[in-house]
Amino acid sequence: MGKKVALTGNEAAAHAIRQINPDVIAAFPITPSTPIPQAVAQFIADGEMDTELVTVESEHSAMSACIGAAAAGGRVMTATSANGYALMWEMLYIASGMRLPIVMAVVARALSSPLNIHGDHSDIMGGRDTGWIQLISENSQEAYDNLIQAVKIAENKDVMTPALVAQDGFNTSHTIEIWELEDDQKVKEFIGEYEPLYPMLNTDEPITHGAWAPPNWYFEHKMNQLKGLLNAKDVVEKVGKEFGDAFGRYYGLYEAYKLDDAEYVIVAAGSVCGTTKDVVDELRENGVKAGLLKIRLFRPFPYKELAEALQSAKAIAVLDRVSPAGAQGGPLFTEIRSALYDTLSRAPVINYTYGLGGRDTQPKHINSVFETLKKIVETGKVEKQFDCLNLRGVWR
Amino acid sequence: MALLNELAKKKEGLVSGHRLCPGCTHSVIMRQVFAAADTDKYDIVVAAATGCFEVSSGLYPYTSWNVPWIHSAFENAASTISGVEAMYRVWKKKGKTNKDIRFIAVASDGGTYDIGLQALSGAIERGHQFLYICNDNNAYQNTGNQRSSATPFGGSTTTSPNGKVKFGKEQPRKDIMSVIEGHHLPYAAQASPSNWRDLMNKVKKALDVNGPTYINVIEPCTTGWGFPPNMAIEMAQLAVDTCVWPLYEVINGKVVINYKPKKKLPVTEYLKPQKRFAHLFKKGNEYLIEEFQRQVDAHWEWLLKREECGIEYGVTKE
Repeated sequence: MGKKVALTGNEAAAHAIRQINPDVIAAFPITPSTPIPQAVAQFIADGEMDTELVTVESEHSAMSACIGAAAAGGRVMTATSANGYALMWEMLYIASGMRLPIVMAVVARALSSPLNIHGDHSDIMGGRDTGWIQLISENSQEAYDNLIQAVKIAENKDVMTPALVAQDGFNTSHTIEIWELEDDQKVKEFIGEYEPLYPMLNTDEPITHGAWAPPNWYFEHKMNQLKGLLNAKDVVEKVGKEFGDAFGRYYGLYEAYKLDDAEYVIVAAGSVCGTTKDVVDELRENGVKAGLLKIRLFRPFPYKELAEALQSAKAIAVLDRVSPAGAQGGPLFTEIRSALYDTLSRAPVINYTYGLGGRDTQPKHINSVFETLKKIVETGKVEKQFDCLNLRGVWR
Repeated sequence: MALLNELAKKKEGLVSGHRLCPGCTHSVIMRQVFAAADTDKYDIVVAAATGCFEVSSGLYPYTSWNVPWIHSAFENAASTISGVEAMYRVWKKKGKTNKDIRFIAVASDGGTYDIGLQALSGAIERGHQFLYICNDNNAYQNTGNQRSSATPFGGSTTTSPNGKVKFGKEQPRKDIMSVIEGHHLPYAAQASPSNWRDLMNKVKKALDVNGPTYINVIEPCTTGWGFPPNMAIEMAQLAVDTCVWPLYEVINGKVVINYKPKKKLPVTEYLKPQKRFAHLFKKGNEYLIEEFQRQVDAHWEWLLKREECGIEYGVTKE
């Protein structure tokens, strides 16, 4: 049992980082993740951790310095959001391509333009193909727990892939919640010592990091890299169980909330799942078989397990906190629908974009989604495959 | 400094088999750097920016590097080495290494004057312990000779070509040394592989300085500049003797000129053998050569005056 604390999501991430006490952190402030490097700097100033904090001049340099420090042999972390994450883009691919198990706290936020500092998933969804492991947290507790687990997942020798742990900007990052802070020593024991494979600082065995690969080698490199990323799926499950054994909170690839016999199912990720759970509870009390499939591991995408978990559904709504940007739907929608194609289920799947730039999503909006799902099952007709929640006016 | 025959016996940090163009000076400069480093005393770790040198020396599954070496992208040699150096401090602090390691970042003018300027500025300002070497070949040579802010006035490149109504690059070179100096770092210098003893002295000195250091090295490019492959060192020498490339140091803000040509050659001596300047010699373009000479003279005079004044940064002259 940890100690119950009332702190924000950013503070949860900062405490996880303090307990992990990585060798190096290179970070540049950006709203809403700024409080993370600030808190870390204070922890260091107060002697509560002894990480080397490199206060770089941009997020591009943040990820570059993380790559340098990780290749040198370090356990390395950083934090960012939105445009900062976008500025790292080039280096995100390089970090995963170089197989460096960097762990990053991402406080998910809208991308410009228009400039907006509030929560949505434009950043992490845009970066879904950068080769990073992506874990999405619903609340502060998960942001804390996931960061600790991410270190162990990324550093697993069968994985050796960087991992990001997302929480929602403001909804989680700036909201005070009650969560359990574990004992420093127990966390330290859980993550263990990091043994780097080919540290550059071992000058007795000089290694070339980041060689370029022409057409006769690039392909093999990328497919080996993919194996590492795919291996993460089993490791996420294993570490989630180990974490439960150590701290009492068990984690899997996803969370099935009242899903076993659910007929009307929402698939979502992040803080909206809290609201959805409340609505599901209420509907269940009224005899409606509602359920939630909460995405935890988005990359690698556990498509078989997720499709399997949706087999009881008669109608499914996938909530994406990002614009579909010209695709048939949001990224979560297209991947869930694609995963279902291999199964017997032919339940209609609809898609909503919600919460862009911090737009509120209230129980009444989630209720309206379940209403629509019921109507689809009753009439057998899908009026709109794609719609928006809480958007001014009517979407097309 | 050690005798030449002793230097020749030193273990090489960069070995042969790389794929640089015949006559390229990247490897010449790097071997001078390794020869200068006191490798009995300390080990060297290198970070490289994307560019000719990087693609020619780190091609999977081969490497020409006998020292730990990292490449990650074009614009971030300085921030990459920042991370490596920060990690070294961690290992030192935790007693995980007893080695003395010195860090070198290598980039060309593209990765230094232009796309990498921000990362470099940040790394110097933060005070990381590293030597940054810019092998300045006056253009983006790895992608085929496009203009950079280091391209000299009048130089024809593929993106500042000489044409029927244009004469090549219309702007003077960026004075990167002044930009670097503005960080008030302890040591910055300009060097040339033609004056190898001077270059080596500077490298040795820079590697022993406490704090970030910078050396700007002229890197004549046979293909981009258009001269025969056996002429690279002569090109560098001509740049030095015409004062197109003054050899000097900035030690705590104080300018020390290391070489003053007995007879300062006219810039035409430097321009003539290079195809990139051929159009400047066409009838009617005399004014361009005059302007080139004017720019070189102005800079040289300015440097001489700064040396004469002899003021260190933050120190009032008695």
